[in-house]
Amino acid sequence: MNLLRALLMRREAGIAVMIILFCLAVGLYKPQFLTLNSLRIILLLVPLIMIGAMGQMLVITARHVDLSIGSIMAVAAMASGMMFRFAPEIWWPLGFALSVGTGAVLGLFNGLLVTLFRLPAIIVTLGTLNLYRGLTFIMSDARQIDRQYVPSALKAMSQTSPIFGIPWIIFMMFGVALLTYWFAMHSRMGRQIYALGSNPVAAPLRGIDVTRVTLVVFAISGALAGLAGIMYASRWGFVNPSNTGNGFEFQVIAAVIIGGVSINGGSGTVLGTVLGVLLLGCVAAALPLLGIPGAAQNSIYGAVILVALLIDRLVRRQGLKAMVGARA
Amino acid sequence: MTLVPDRHAPESARDAAPPRPAWQVLLIRPEVMTFLLLIAGLIVGSQLSEFFLDVDYILKSFTLSAEFAIVALVLTMVIIAGEIDLSPAANMALSACLFAWAQDAGLPFGLAVAIGLLAGLVMGAVNGVMVIALQLPSIIVTIGTLILYRGLAQVIAGDQSIRVPEWYIGIDKVFVLGLPMPVVIFALLAVVLALVLGTTIFGRQIYLVGTNEVAARHAGVRSARIKMILFMLLGVTAAVAGLMTASRLGSVRYDLGLGGELQMVLMAMLGGTYIFGGRGTILGTFLAAWLLVIVSTGMIVANWLPAWQLCVLGVLLIASIIATNLIYSRTQR
Repeated sequence: MNLLRALLMRREAGIAVMIILFCLAVGLYKPQFLTLNSLRIILLLVPLIMIGAMGQMLVITARHVDLSIGSIMAVAAMASGMMFRFAPEIWWPLGFALSVGTGAVLGLFNGLLVTLFRLPAIIVTLGTLNLYRGLTFIMSDARQIDRQYVPSALKAMSQTSPIFGIPWIIFMMFGVALLTYWFAMHSRMGRQIYALGSNPVAAPLRGIDVTRVTLVVFAISGALAGLAGIMYASRWGFVNPSNTGNGFEFQVIAAVIIGGVSINGGSGTVLGTVLGVLLLGCVAAALPLLGIPGAAQNSIYGAVILVALLIDRLVRRQGLKAMVGARA
Repeated sequence: MTLVPDRHAPESARDAAPPRPAWQVLLIRPEVMTFLLLIAGLIVGSQLSEFFLDVDYILKSFTLSAEFAIVALVLTMVIIAGEIDLSPAANMALSACLFAWAQDAGLPFGLAVAIGLLAGLVMGAVNGVMVIALQLPSIIVTIGTLILYRGLAQVIAGDQSIRVPEWYIGIDKVFVLGLPMPVVIFALLAVVLALVLGTTIFGRQIYLVGTNEVAARHAGVRSARIKMILFMLLGVTAAVAGLMTASRLGSVRYDLGLGGELQMVLMAMLGGTYIFGGRGTILGTFLAAWLLVIVSTGMIVANWLPAWQLCVLGVLLIASIIATNLIYSRTQR
């Protein structure tokens, strides 16, 4: 009983309940929503967002924000796409190394600007968002990487499956989530991210190398955005300099904030983020079923972010009250 | 022994240091740097093409980003007060869409304008309430409202473009004293806001709130009210800018002013507004708006690809904030 209560008290329980209620509500109206097939649709909608959200969760936990991940994703996907176009015989998994590496370098550049010059990440990444997007056009000569250039083995990752008919890409996103969980909860660097986010003044006093932690956080965010980039090529089979990753940062930030990662830093869990991504996926999958036009999708994301912010605020206020009450 | 301190003895070495010479004080003002860059831009531009220094051409180019420049003036005040707003470009789109939709639905023209402006005011107020009453960080709130407002515009307008009446089209073709209307509005607003910010109690209180909000509150400054007024003013200004853009383009789509937040923030930053609040001037933003127009016109004249222009804007944003930060950290010591 105590275990159950402890479980329900957790922040993630609220998101899980929201997912269940939402699915039940949609299911009452459209029973076909509660089938395995729509679970498949949802899971295939979210892998890129999930991978991006893991990096963004770490960034927001460290009290920064990374707006440039959509553009990093585009540069990384374009780099691999161009490699495939110019050297079709190349061993295709090299694309992963190239994309992740490109992403890590671009993320590191964000981190360097933030730490070296003590600039707010939001402005830096607003700048690099445009810089990297421009870079994508320049390196690709504004030309799309068409289907025939993307290796079929790479495309197959989103379609074929090792077991149970679940595509590789879905295993991959949960794999990334598990790795992030281990990194955030059980590695020294991961714990330092939380320490830095909860109190940036105290962290260096306790011997935490703030510069290094910040650089690592941005590099991870960039590397995961790069991974999302190559997965984009796998999932959609093309890379377009203007479409790829456009607005990706907003979906990811929405998912992370819904997942209960506090914008004041220092608290955020992988489980919460995973649930936030899934809730976003449920909403996205339910919209066409409910006959809501795709044009409404962005406004719903925006509204969901604001609601999640309000909930975050409420939770914080209650937490404070509980503390005051305990002292009295 | 006496407890009365000797008032002539310097308390620290810093007090004893001689004051900086006036020319140095002038030179480290960020607006001066913006001004020098503006001159440099003009010289480089005139080397690129003999047609560059044509005043009419520059004025015409300015009308293309005058709407953003107008919003950037008010955004400067918001940033000085220690907040930021990334949503005005989306606000422009939504108010313009509401305006166009209302007059397309047969409502009287005046009412449609009122709806557009009111929508802008409400959007600004929503930002303000979330930031001030609920004490959420304005950065994240306005990312949320940026998506929400643009998304609502998409819901209202769909993928279509809504036409505005024939006579309403062409605010950039109206000339007052030889200057295009948007430039006149921009200049007038700049003068008014510069006076408000520089000479009124309200203006000085904005600086105080941005420098140290706690101290401001202790000094009896109603910081919440000031910030709320600024957010609402920004909302209305964005709506006006949206209606002006509608007039210039002749039709309204949901992607009106897309990406404008970069240009607005860039104008404020290039003008030497301090991103952490408390410092900055309208004059700086005024000059920066012209600088930005010179730079983008120069890139067009030099036949640079739009992609390069995107890169340059991004780099400029980062460079300008590094520069202002350096200048301010020098003067602070």
